Amino acid sequence: MNINYGPILPFMEYLLKGTYVTLQIAAMAAIGGSTLGLFFGLSSRRRDPIGFLVRAVVDFFRGTPLVFQLMFFHLGLPQITGWVPTIMTSAGIVFSLNSACYLSEILRAGIESIDKGQSEAAIALGVKKMDITFSIIIPQAIRNVLPAIMNEFITLVKETSVVSMIGAADLMRRQSIISGTTFRYFEPLLVVGAVYYILNKVLSSLGKVIERKLRYD
Amino acid sequence: MIKLVNVKKEFKGVTVLQNVNCTFENGKTYAIIGSSGAGKSTLLRCINYLEKPTEGEVWHDDIEMMSHQNRLHEIREKCGMVFQNFNLFAHMRALDNVMFALKKVKKLGDDEAKKIATQRLSDVGLAHRLQNYPHQLSGGEKQRVAIARALAMEPKVMLFDEPTSALDPEMTQEVLKVMKGLNHTGMTIIIVTHEINFAKEVADEIIYMDKSEILEITDTKTFFTSPKSTRAKEFLANMI
Ligand SMILES: Nc1ncnc2c1ncn2[C@@H]1O[C@H](COP(=O)(O)OP(=O)(O)OP(=O)(O)O)[C@@H](O)[C@H]1O
Ligand SMILES: [Mg+2]
Repeated sequence: MNINYGPILPFMEYLLKGTYVTLQIAAMAAIGGSTLGLFFGLSSRRRDPIGFLVRAVVDFFRGTPLVFQLMFFHLGLPQITGWVPTIMTSAGIVFSLNSACYLSEILRAGIESIDKGQSEAAIALGVKKMDITFSIIIPQAIRNVLPAIMNEFITLVKETSVVSMIGAADLMRRQSIISGTTFRYFEPLLVVGAVYYILNKVLSSLGKVIERKLRYD
Repeated sequence: MIKLVNVKKEFKGVTVLQNVNCTFENGKTYAIIGSSGAGKSTLLRCINYLEKPTEGEVWHDDIEMMSHQNRLHEIREKCGMVFQNFNLFAHMRALDNVMFALKKVKKLGDDEAKKIATQRLSDVGLAHRLQNYPHQLSGGEKQRVAIARALAMEPKVMLFDEPTSALDPEMTQEVLKVMKGLNHTGMTIIIVTHEINFAKEVADEIIYMDKSEILEITDTKTFFTSPKSTRAKEFLANMI
């Protein structure tokens, strides 16, 4: 067996710091994606220009690969617009929009799972639409689809690895730099895999905690 | 006073309510009866604009709803409604179900809302159920929470849409008892029901509907002793 951590040890700190980059992108996408996703989910059935636009965006992001979206936004569009975003800006925007599109579909399913009798009861009490949406429908919708939402976040963490395609120094990118210098692949890859795995374990335990918190029985 | 004038309701071109003219006087109790699909629920839901009539006028005192849609919230606040399927907020405890509109609509503070909600739930015999979620309650208890929730808003009108149809006989009785307690306490009460005996007992007037129209509006005694229309006669004969 040929496993030797010696050569990569000096690069270990550099490698592990890629976790920050990965987490940073995942966090931007989780926050931006949830907010936008909620908005998309609430407006995707509207029969006005906003609804149409939302449906078009969702359709586009679900119909093309993430790598393409990222490269198109970061490398393709600047050629037309002249605006060259930083890598993190591009990553933040593309990942947010991408996960918003998936989250919106999940949330919409959650919203549709709530019996409309509850809304009617609230309407009959004189409650305003905003309050019905945010105090009655959304809390129940989120609870009903929480496992799917957590799944989406886990997928997100894993998918951040494609940012190496536009040059972000995330875990995967750093691994490939180290491997290029030391000619060792197995060891740094093992570390990278372990980091992803641990991140997602933490995330899914967090999901279980939230699920328990949101339970009402 | 509530007044419906020439109300018509269509769903996708199908008429389910037409030529509806009726007046509900303050403090009286009305029972709407008739066979399934006659349009009873639709009529009731037009009163608080849960369904918007295709044509016609719905008056609450001197306000016509179609021309005052900005005042819908205010009118609905004054009309409590109780549904066949309870429609409790599933993620809220009984107490929170009742407090919700007090806080959001009446803008009461936590303490005051809690006081009122506790009182209302005690009134319907649920002082021991304040902290239970809807799925932990029996059907009869759920419906009583729903009634308490509506009453907490101090409505002038209560609309009941078959409040006992989803309940077994025992629970039906506990809910009917609560409803009897409301009779002639000053509120206008409009009940859609299949409980003919209950209607006979509490209602001042019977509104008999058939095939999307009101066929009779008569005082209860007259309706049960000598209904005018043949359809009503047949309906009553089938009931007994
Ligand atoms: N939202 C709707 N969309 C389409 N049709 C509807 C809708 N609501 C009611 N209807 C139709 O309108 C007619 C009258 O319905 P409604 O619920 O008012 O009858 P009902 O007298 O309350 O009957 P039941 O005793 O069964 O409750 C029925 O044929 C029903 O199918
Ligand atoms: Mg009905």
